[in-house]
Amino acid sequence: MENQFSQERKNSEVIVVTSGKGGVGKTTTTANVGTGLAKLGKKVCLIDTDIGLRNLDVVMGLENRIVYNLVDVVEGNCRVKQALIRDKRHPGLYLMPSAQTRDKSAVSPGQMVKVIEHLKEQFDYIVLDCPAGIEQGFQNAIAGADRALVVTTPEVSAIRDADRIIGLLEANGFKQMELIINRLRMDMVRRGDMMSAQDVVDILAIPLIGVIPDDENVVIATNQGEPLVGSSSPAGQAYANVVLRVQGKEVPYLNFDKGISFWTRVSGIFHKA
Amino acid sequence: MRHFFRRKSSCQIAKDRLKILLISDRVNCSPEIMELIKTDIAKVISKYMKIDAENMEIQINTKGSKGRGGKMPSLYASIPIVDVSAQDVVK
Repeated sequence: MENQFSQERKNSEVIVVTSGKGGVGKTTTTANVGTGLAKLGKKVCLIDTDIGLRNLDVVMGLENRIVYNLVDVVEGNCRVKQALIRDKRHPGLYLMPSAQTRDKSAVSPGQMVKVIEHLKEQFDYIVLDCPAGIEQGFQNAIAGADRALVVTTPEVSAIRDADRIIGLLEANGFKQMELIINRLRMDMVRRGDMMSAQDVVDILAIPLIGVIPDDENVVIATNQGEPLVGSSSPAGQAYANVVLRVQGKEVPYLNFDKGISFWTRVSGIFHKA
Repeated sequence: MRHFFRRKSSCQIAKDRLKILLISDRVNCSPEIMELIKTDIAKVISKYMKIDAENMEIQINTKGSKGRGGKMPSLYASIPIVDVSAQDVVK
């Protein structure tokens, strides 16, 4: 019975969401991609690997339901299942929170691999939220993963760090790395004050999997603790497309230009007046 | 206004800065090391021909062999030769 179950889930995929630089949208991306996959009926486990600075629980709106965490699992204080929080809004979506009162050294890459191997038996997708930086937290997060989503914004600092991360992922044997460009502002791109998605892809030279427009709805969604993937907002639609591309589907890129140019034109009229 | 003066856009400035920044990041090579490589190359070439070591230049750029998306950096050296046939060292 047990064996049959594990064979059934053989094709589970372990994806790490990483960026190098902090504050570019790793946690938001993890929450939205994970929730989006669950909305499509997949069994998804999100793991917050940022020990000491956990955030995924608040972005998901599950912060009040934490009993056990990743460090408890690793140290054997509870079973893996006990640390998983089920998201009641989406069947099949679970979160393994990180510990807030410990530090990165509480978990080793080997231990992460073990936890992930265990979870692979039950889930289609395991999505890891990687901490910023390139130290042990990063090593822990990538240890059990076989695919990476590299998040960056169209800024020099974020792109530089993303390049470094891509180099490190390559050195760690990653074959599948895909780029998400977050907080793109088409109005700025058009007047030559922001690098376009194509510019960033040319520099980083890995396949693009998503372009997320700068959208205030992301802040609102985070305030409410509910990922906006699939909503009618520009970022919600963009994330829904990322989810489809993660599953290997070809989806054309949205043209944010139209909507935004309309609003900038309107706001431009008011600014002049 | 910007269009009239044809000032470089901040996007272009960012791209130019990143291009140089990432090359040195990827190669992980400090200017001191580059200087050492340069003097060593000059030393070796000088064995065979007379060169103008003062005006020689070396640089690492991305127009090299295929790497990640065809962006593997490569080392380029531009060495002015004063006299090709010179130097009895060749014998």
